[in-house]
Amino acid sequence: MLAHLSNLLGIEPLSREQIEFFLDQAKPFQEFQRHPLKKLATLRGKTVAVAFFETSTRTRISFTTAASRLGADTMALQAEASSLKKGESLMDTVRTLEAMKPDAIVLRHSSSGAPDFVASRLDIPVLNAGDGTHEHPTQALLDALTIRDRKGRLEGLAVTILGDILHSRVARSNIHLLSKFGVHITLCGPSMWVPREVECLALNIRRSLQIDEALEGADVVMALRVQTERLHEPALAVDEYIAGYRLTPERLRRAKPDALVMHPGPMIRGLEIDSAVADGPQSCVLEQVTNGLAVRMALLYHLVGGPPAEAPDPAKD
Amino acid sequence: MRVVEKRQLLSAEEISRTLNRLAHEMVEKSGGAHDLALIGVRRRGVPLSERLASAIRGFAHRDIPVGTLDITLYRDDLSTVGAQPVVQSTNIEFSVDNRELVIVDDVLYTGRTIRAAMNGLFDLGRPRRLRLLVLIDRGHRELPIEATFIGKTIQTSETEIVEVRLQEIDGEERVMLVDRVH
Repeated sequence: MLAHLSNLLGIEPLSREQIEFFLDQAKPFQEFQRHPLKKLATLRGKTVAVAFFETSTRTRISFTTAASRLGADTMALQAEASSLKKGESLMDTVRTLEAMKPDAIVLRHSSSGAPDFVASRLDIPVLNAGDGTHEHPTQALLDALTIRDRKGRLEGLAVTILGDILHSRVARSNIHLLSKFGVHITLCGPSMWVPREVECLALNIRRSLQIDEALEGADVVMALRVQTERLHEPALAVDEYIAGYRLTPERLRRAKPDALVMHPGPMIRGLEIDSAVADGPQSCVLEQVTNGLAVRMALLYHLVGGPPAEAPDPAKD
Repeated sequence: MRVVEKRQLLSAEEISRTLNRLAHEMVEKSGGAHDLALIGVRRRGVPLSERLASAIRGFAHRDIPVGTLDITLYRDDLSTVGAQPVVQSTNIEFSVDNRELVIVDDVLYTGRTIRAAMNGLFDLGRPRRLRLLVLIDRGHRELPIEATFIGKTIQTSETEIVEVRLQEIDGEERVMLVDRVH
């Protein structure tokens, strides 16, 4: 029996079976994205609060669109326009939202652990849309879905993640997910962003400071966004990063010929990734975006709707 | 509570004969089956629609497009069932626009499944005509929905269940009437 999930706070606490369940449930919603009429009434009358205490475009739009395509209404709260600027605490803001009776809250916050904190105090499902440097679980699920679609499996693949591993919640969620499936993970970047400790995050992790070595034989290459605000940190200039770690067509040739190139967005062309790679035949960046909608629809359907039934009903009518 | 078998409604041979008759009726009614396409409702409408298409291929030498429809997301009882049903794939590779569609299902009962199926199909386009084919019509409608092609009509009580067993899904082939006993 599949343990029911009442919140989605991170990938780390999920079992492999729970992850597989959501990847499988995303399939019908992938097909749905191709329908001419993209509007369901499945969650009609439900309201999803989308509370972003940190700026975001794609994740917020993706969650809002997913909820709306399921027929739910959304209640939006954004940091810039909210009372946070006036000094209200996170808990007071969330309680105010709760008083408007949403059926779920999608939460992004710059503090790691904020969704756990909120979930422990509210009775409705909380979906983590990225918290500090902790986790971004829906990104890892959509990445896994994209890889599984293209490669037919996750088990035994070699995945290389490039960039600022230390500060990346995308990397962390992906590492937790992929390691549960026996993926061989290589983490690559400048040493201050890929400290020795990252090898302890999960099983099957290799650390590499040399991009050529890290790409050798990879089935999947994930480039992370370089958070330019962190480039002021000592001992790394933009041109050094570009020289050492930008994903270029020449470097990509080290990976398998059919290796996938992925990026969680927003991409900074010319910094962490070359345009020729971003737009090249191996890139599945846009597929990731579409899959994000499917994954988020599947999650909202099951989390807002209640625990999953054991098996399809033997429709007696 | 347990269920007991009361009687057999159709044998394997009768199912096969019934489907053959229904296939002929469909072709006749659709004027040669030029724009005909079948939509099997998960789960048991799926093997039934495939068998009907194969029967039509046999006598009319026509390939009828067959699609699969999962109605889960269109159910009207999701807020009351308690457990959230697992969503299955809908697989309709052809355009439904201007088609003569026939929805295929095993048992017609309350009509709610068919209401959901119609909503699902309209999200895919605008068929010219939509008809319904069922192997068994057991009555007790809760919506104004009727089938055009019916294998067998039977009288049932509300406590009874019509069990359709098909080789592809159940490993046996027959239709029976069972009752709930307390």
